[in-house]
Amino acid sequence: MNDSMQLDLGAPASAATAAEEMAGASVRVKELNLYYDGVQALKNIELDIPDRQVTAFIGPSGCGKSTLLRCFNRMNDLIDGCTTTGKILIAGKNINKKKVDVAELRRRVGMVFQKPNPFPKSIYENVAYGLRIQGINKRRVLDETVEWALRGAALWNEVKDRLEEPAFGLSGGQQQRLVIARSIAVQPQVILLDEPCSALDPISTLKVEELIHDLKQNYTIIIVTHNMQQAARVSDRTAFMYLGELIEYGDTDQMFTNPTEKRTEDYITGRYG
Amino acid sequence: MDSSLRTWIRSGVPWVWLNAAAVTASIALVAGLLLLIAARGLGHFWPAAVHEIVYQQADGSRLKLAGQLGSREHVLAARLTEAGREIPEGVETVERMLLKTGNRDLIGTDFRWIYEPSMLQVTQPVSMVVLEREEWGAFFGRLVGLRQDGELLESRDVWADFLGLLERTTQLRVQIRDLEKGAIGRVNFRLERLRLDERQLQLDNVTDPARFADIERQRAELESEYRVLERELVALNEAIRRDAVIMQTSDGQEVELPMQSIVDAWMPNAMGGFERVGHYFRKAWSFLTDDPREANTEGGIFPAIFGTILMVLLMTVVVTPFGVVAGVYLKEYAKQGVLTRIIRIAVNNLAGVPSIVYGVFGLGFFVYTLGGSIDQLFFEAALPSPTFGTGGLFWASLTLALLTLPVVIVSTEEGLARIPRSIREGSLALGATQWETLWRTVLPMASPGIMTGLILAVARAAGEVAPLMLVGVVKLAPSLPLDGNFPFLHPERKFMHLGFHIYDVGFQSPNVEAARPLVYATALLLVVVILLLNMAAIHVRNGLREKYRGLET
Repeated sequence: MNDSMQLDLGAPASAATAAEEMAGASVRVKELNLYYDGVQALKNIELDIPDRQVTAFIGPSGCGKSTLLRCFNRMNDLIDGCTTTGKILIAGKNINKKKVDVAELRRRVGMVFQKPNPFPKSIYENVAYGLRIQGINKRRVLDETVEWALRGAALWNEVKDRLEEPAFGLSGGQQQRLVIARSIAVQPQVILLDEPCSALDPISTLKVEELIHDLKQNYTIIIVTHNMQQAARVSDRTAFMYLGELIEYGDTDQMFTNPTEKRTEDYITGRYG
Repeated sequence: MDSSLRTWIRSGVPWVWLNAAAVTASIALVAGLLLLIAARGLGHFWPAAVHEIVYQQADGSRLKLAGQLGSREHVLAARLTEAGREIPEGVETVERMLLKTGNRDLIGTDFRWIYEPSMLQVTQPVSMVVLEREEWGAFFGRLVGLRQDGELLESRDVWADFLGLLERTTQLRVQIRDLEKGAIGRVNFRLERLRLDERQLQLDNVTDPARFADIERQRAELESEYRVLERELVALNEAIRRDAVIMQTSDGQEVELPMQSIVDAWMPNAMGGFERVGHYFRKAWSFLTDDPREANTEGGIFPAIFGTILMVLLMTVVVTPFGVVAGVYLKEYAKQGVLTRIIRIAVNNLAGVPSIVYGVFGLGFFVYTLGGSIDQLFFEAALPSPTFGTGGLFWASLTLALLTLPVVIVSTEEGLARIPRSIREGSLALGATQWETLWRTVLPMASPGIMTGLILAVARAAGEVAPLMLVGVVKLAPSLPLDGNFPFLHPERKFMHLGFHIYDVGFQSPNVEAARPLVYATALLLVVVILLLNMAAIHVRNGLREKYRGLET
């Protein structure tokens, strides 16, 4: 579909097991409620996210879209006093069960944050981080995977000569693509993007958007964005949230041209938000 | 007028001035302190001129004195008249000077005050010689002759021959010391080991005669080795006693001093500028590298420097893991609540507990309880003389580790708190557990902060004296805690420490006036040692900072 996409080189053989489940996984949310210290932040969310498509969450600040995103890899566990009820099925398995191995889950569901957060290590070690965590330390395997992931994040050509340099030396946009490379290096099924372009300049934003477009061939992508043009550009489906509720969910084209809900239309046309 | 004043105050300029003044005052205080110590301490090594003074005593008799002039002060004439001295009319104050006369073995004192008006004639004879001796302090006088095996030595240039003999004596002294501390020390160490082994066998009720016979055989071997060394030592001692030097004091007394007792000799009045500078650095170096003599008032302070540094390093090795682990637990794992808050308050208060209290705790718990138990369990053979059941390097390090633990805990917590949440989340989102996140990313990033805590800990520990007096510091340690005998590091040994050395030399010494410059020199050295330790730590921290640069953005 796109020439810059290098994934057709195939995943490194060593990661064969992961490669088998390379295909994205659908995400189903059932009766999800979330409370911060008793205050309800998500109200009875029902959502079906198809695999290998880009789904965008839009809505005004504080509407719960980031909170919902962070449910998919249980990042909310880190917040004291946060409780969740309901089910989230990823590839058919409920991840809200107690006995779920959270580290394993997070390996399958990668996440990219609002601000680029590379580790204070070299570019190479940043990408290899997730692999080393899994105990993969063979230089050859690491080399292959790092190159593969950097190509996947359309960063290889820019950094191939300075892999050992600190990641902080990269520009903001490069750092964000590095972080994306870092998360695809562990070959997740789902990639969560939490306002990935809000700290980037327009050209970097464009590059990341192109990347998202490429990545959706292999991954289920969920993106939270403030920028409605961005949602319209990159996503296949869009969910509009407001005050912790899912107001409307449907094909992006239809949402932006002919929303069913009044509140969606008001938001999209800029009447509030 | 009024409004312009108000504008001036509102502009914040007065505060800037106030801050600048405070900073200036602080820097001036520190610089003044260092300058004072340096000026008083560093002058000690300078080969000051020896003056010969014709002095009129209170009873009118004249006396020839020799010595180095020191501090001056003014005394009220009235006070002197009371003391029975005749002072001309109209004179209100009289200047007096402290004269270092040396020759304590002859006169009984090292110093005396002399009054400016009574100094009839002051000269600096080129022939005056200063002798630095093993005991009795310095000697000032003229070189008259040399004796070898009791025979007067024919000599054309007495000074040159004297230097030759001195060189020979010095070499012999070094040989004797090397033999005593080296080969003989090793034999003694092994003999003591054998004795303990034998005692242990008896305690274990071993009856196998072969084992005892083996020990006996080894002992016989060592003893024959010892006899050979002893003969060597006797020969050397014989040789070193051969020569003597005949000196004449300013008042004409002739004294014969054994060459063996002389450490160094120089003629300050005959020295040129470069010679003096060379002498200065030679003396300063020997101060750093020699063992102390004469109840610590002379010689060097090497064992104290060594003890201080080794103790601080050991303390760092102990306090780092404990402090970091405790800090990590409090910050990362413990449930934040009332209990952790109480613990935190307790830790912060620990930092304010007077250090002597730690000393008492160290003595009661580490030395008597832990050390006593260790002796019972592992060093039974040496009892009743304690091995770990008495103060020593290890217990001192442990006590100081306890003392500095709060600093390390607090700085670890602060270092961890500074790591942005986004970095932790980034690592967790890649499937790392909390432990992996901590170990691979958070702790390395917090390491500069932890190092800051260690720097503070080192600074505090190196300067601490009070607790050490209870848990292992001594005035004079017979051997260094690190030597060539297995297992090389002897943490149970007592050791010397610069801080305690200052106290000891300054306030416990029989010859306070002579020791005064040493106190300043030692104080300066302690500051320098702390500075060096700190700079080493800061260097490491800056390296880490550089490595994890970009964190602040």
